[in-house]
Amino acid sequence: MIKMTIDNHPIQVREDRTILEACREHGFPIPTLCYHPALEPYGACRLCIVEIAQPSRPSRLTASCTYPCEEGLVVQTNSGRVKRSRRMTAELLLAGAWNSPAIQALAEELGVQEVRFHLPEEDICVLCGMCVRACHEIVGTNAISFIQRGIQKHVSPPFKISSAACIACGTCTLICPTGAIRLTKVTGVDTTLAVHGPIADLNPHYCRLCGVSDMSVHFLQDLDKSTYSRLTQSYQEVSK
Amino acid sequence: MKTAPGMAGYFQDYGGDLIIDPISKLQSVSEFEIWQNLLASEWDDTQPCVRVCDGTGCRALGSQKVLEKLRQELGQTKAIPLEHMISVEIVGTGCPGFCECGPLLTIYPEQVSYQRVKPGDIPEIIQKTLREKKIIERLLYTDPQTGKHIYREPELPFYQKQKRMLLDFNGRIDPTRIQDYIALGGYRSLVKALISLNPDEIIAEVKASGLRGRGGAGFSTGLKWEMCRRNILRTKIGYIICNADEGDPGAFMDRSLMEGNPHSVIEGMLIGAYAMNVQQGFVYIRAEYPLAVENLRIAIHQAEQAGLLGDNILGTDFSFRLHVRLGAGAFVCGEETALMASVEGRVGEPHPRPPYPAESGLWGQPTNINNVETWANIPFIIKQGARIFAETGTDKSKGTKIFSLVGKINNTGLVEVPMGITLREIIYDIGGGLPNGKAFKAAQLGGPSGGCLPAEHLDTKIDYESLTALGAIMGSGGMVVADEDTCMVDFARYFMSFTQQESCGKCTPCRIGTKAMLATLERICAGGGLPGDIEYLLEVAETVRTSSLCGLGQTAPNPVLSTIRYFRDEYEAHIFDKICPAKVCKGLISYSVIPELCNGCQVCLRNCPAGAISGAKQQVHRIDEALCTRCGMCKSVCKFEAIGLYSGAMVAI
Amino acid sequence: MPVTAVEETTLSAINEILRDEALGEGSLIGALEEIQERYRYLPPEALILASEYFNVPLAQTYSVATFYNAFSLKPKGKHCLHVCMGTACHVRGSPQVLDRLETKLGIKSGETTEDKLFTLETVNCLGACALGPIVVTDEAYSGAMTPQKVDQLIKNLHRMEEAQV
Repeated sequence: MIKMTIDNHPIQVREDRTILEACREHGFPIPTLCYHPALEPYGACRLCIVEIAQPSRPSRLTASCTYPCEEGLVVQTNSGRVKRSRRMTAELLLAGAWNSPAIQALAEELGVQEVRFHLPEEDICVLCGMCVRACHEIVGTNAISFIQRGIQKHVSPPFKISSAACIACGTCTLICPTGAIRLTKVTGVDTTLAVHGPIADLNPHYCRLCGVSDMSVHFLQDLDKSTYSRLTQSYQEVSK
Repeated sequence: MKTAPGMAGYFQDYGGDLIIDPISKLQSVSEFEIWQNLLASEWDDTQPCVRVCDGTGCRALGSQKVLEKLRQELGQTKAIPLEHMISVEIVGTGCPGFCECGPLLTIYPEQVSYQRVKPGDIPEIIQKTLREKKIIERLLYTDPQTGKHIYREPELPFYQKQKRMLLDFNGRIDPTRIQDYIALGGYRSLVKALISLNPDEIIAEVKASGLRGRGGAGFSTGLKWEMCRRNILRTKIGYIICNADEGDPGAFMDRSLMEGNPHSVIEGMLIGAYAMNVQQGFVYIRAEYPLAVENLRIAIHQAEQAGLLGDNILGTDFSFRLHVRLGAGAFVCGEETALMASVEGRVGEPHPRPPYPAESGLWGQPTNINNVETWANIPFIIKQGARIFAETGTDKSKGTKIFSLVGKINNTGLVEVPMGITLREIIYDIGGGLPNGKAFKAAQLGGPSGGCLPAEHLDTKIDYESLTALGAIMGSGGMVVADEDTCMVDFARYFMSFTQQESCGKCTPCRIGTKAMLATLERICAGGGLPGDIEYLLEVAETVRTSSLCGLGQTAPNPVLSTIRYFRDEYEAHIFDKICPAKVCKGLISYSVIPELCNGCQVCLRNCPAGAISGAKQQVHRIDEALCTRCGMCKSVCKFEAIGLYSGAMVAI
Repeated sequence: MPVTAVEETTLSAINEILRDEALGEGSLIGALEEIQERYRYLPPEALILASEYFNVPLAQTYSVATFYNAFSLKPKGKHCLHVCMGTACHVRGSPQVLDRLETKLGIKSGETTEDKLFTLETVNCLGACALGPIVVTDEAYSGAMTPQKVDQLIKNLHRMEEAQV
């Protein structure tokens, strides 16, 4: 166990925890968007920013989801600098996702008064990457990825056409925080998943882990890394 | 290991073959020393030799044609009687740095330096200078202050205040011949490291030298090596990388080192690999540097042939392999975690640190990444020792730094100076001041990650700490000079446009924040600036700077912050007065015919791409402001200076 | 899967490049760069095959192909004109040179002319700053460019093309 301070409270935490995990364990609220306990921390949204100080170093801001706990670390989760950064980040998210109820709610909570910059086109996807990461880390089919870079970066299947790898498990639609991915039944059985274009349109296949044709919200919420690895192990044993 | 005694690049007849000294694998240190002594004895600076700069810059100015003509002419003169025959070595070298005056041709042993040489000059050079030992005045450098011609290369004012520890070999050796590098003492530091120093001693020496990362961060190189070595002792496997992804626009220090003296980098990496117990290394180099890539590959191949790279180097149990990896057009891959992702075959997306590469880098193993210039400093430190290295520079910034001096400057090129030299000395004593008598406005250091220093800071001593205190950074060495005709708002907009395009897009502040800042700057430059814009820029800048995931985002606001700090009045003029004081921003300028000077020749009319000029022959012409695209073509073709450029002034049409 | 009409010879050449790189401990990006250099673009087959040789998901290969500026998924023109947008070139007037090129060729930066002869692109600093502004046509460097010199450059290129026909 190591000793740290969060918002002037001394706490003890396991060595392998991140600051975000330590905060959640001890009841310090931190807003997040691209964090999910079943996925590797990504550090993209920058909403989980906290202020950290170490001896003989000036204090600085960092993403709590990726920064490991250290002995003697002093963390401020709600300082003026932190609040200003989160507020500006939320305002920037609204630059594209101005119609997203989830982002609007987040922005209001973080104190955004007005949105002073708008991207030329509305885009409800905030590039949190959870769909891509879930498809890669949990489901393992790698049907979608981030393509291009910078402000043009977006989620797409290869060649922007219906993916042959997608199994229509629906994980991406469930994990997406803004509803940018939709699952629509076109005719009775055909299914289309869409971000900016189709991810796949085909009949639902079986999830390779549980055999069900789309994953439930409960499954995702309860899934943590150790469960997943146990599941994968038993699946591999069964399929030998 | 027998070499054919022969001189590099000596053509027997026009179109004939080069005599190449064969390179055979050295099995021991003593074999190396024998070869080195032989090569050193063959190297004779008193023999006639013509050295022509064959780096990218001079190639673009035609140096290849100069070399071809030289070889052709000297080949043909073989036909004349023996007593008149000159046997002259011809060497295409790397870039010595005086790029403004290329193609550069220097004749040894007298060290006569000719500039802006054309193929047509060659017969005269051969006859007058090589044969008759006479100087051709028109090809000499002329000191703009005194009007004097200077013929000896070491006396050129450009080189006086430089301290060329790294660039010394660049004008002398043929970079495609490992023999040249060895003849002048190359790879002796490696031998010293292998034979008489253990890894801890090597690291101690690098620490004591005070060498700091030359890529821009300025972190202690020795400390970095020490951390990495400690981790590799634990994991048993590790890597070293040379970051040659020099992406700052306007910077070409690393390019010239790789083109002109690639072995200095290879030797530095060998010593580092030995010190950190690493068997594999990578050089990650931009694909936009084809000549540097080629010369590096040749150098690696020759080092492998000689047994200086590969298994059991010089008969020891030290093995090291060096691979080349090309960049693929992404500035962000100069950031170390993005670079490693790229080497691993993935997109160049940075990932958060900690963990730092020294702990977990390539394929999860401890990795030490250093910049080209940092590696190139290592052989000197090992050969001469930390104490001598530390004699150059200031208290906390030891050694030299190579800068690429570009922009509004008379002597564009590469300069290597001791840390602690002042900006004024670089710009005026070495750089020869600004052209056309224009006033100095600012020097941008560190490219798109850096800040500018205005005239009031010309006497700043260049070292890491003093630059940071003034809101600038050392950066990788780009130094762009701006004069009174440079608009600092447009300057900031240019850098923001660059960083914004190069953002990988992973994190919110960089991806969207830089776009927000750029959109604001573009609006200001187009004449649409609003009250509150400067405050908005500062507000967004703070979040982008403090909360972005990687160095690209964290430093992207620097040019904006720096120009607002020192040139706020220019921003205010754009926003409130709708004036661009430097008359650059298209949305705030207009071109207009000056009636008293107009000759009615219609040259501007014919050249206007927008058809905005009207006027019969011999009549005063008129520019239609609504059609004018502000391209400036008319002003550049008018022989009578009858086109005026205005900003904010009312113009009578 | 999208399949363009790539010839058999191209397909086998691509296979060879990939095999050599994958066996020689090369990298995915290095292999794609070689294919790009030879064919001036990356056909979809190349991405699919590369994914197999290097044992990475197709989605990752496609990410890589669209992330880096060096790669193009559409064939480029016969001649590539690159305008250096480095700082030194910028300060010396490269934007006007680019404007002129766009006007004369009738395309924007990043596009290829209708007759597939010319592709116009901007490129980050080439490191030949004393000669700015620079335009590189295929491998030939043209220094100290001005809008006027652009006209001459285009004229020369067209003349060269006509001579070949």
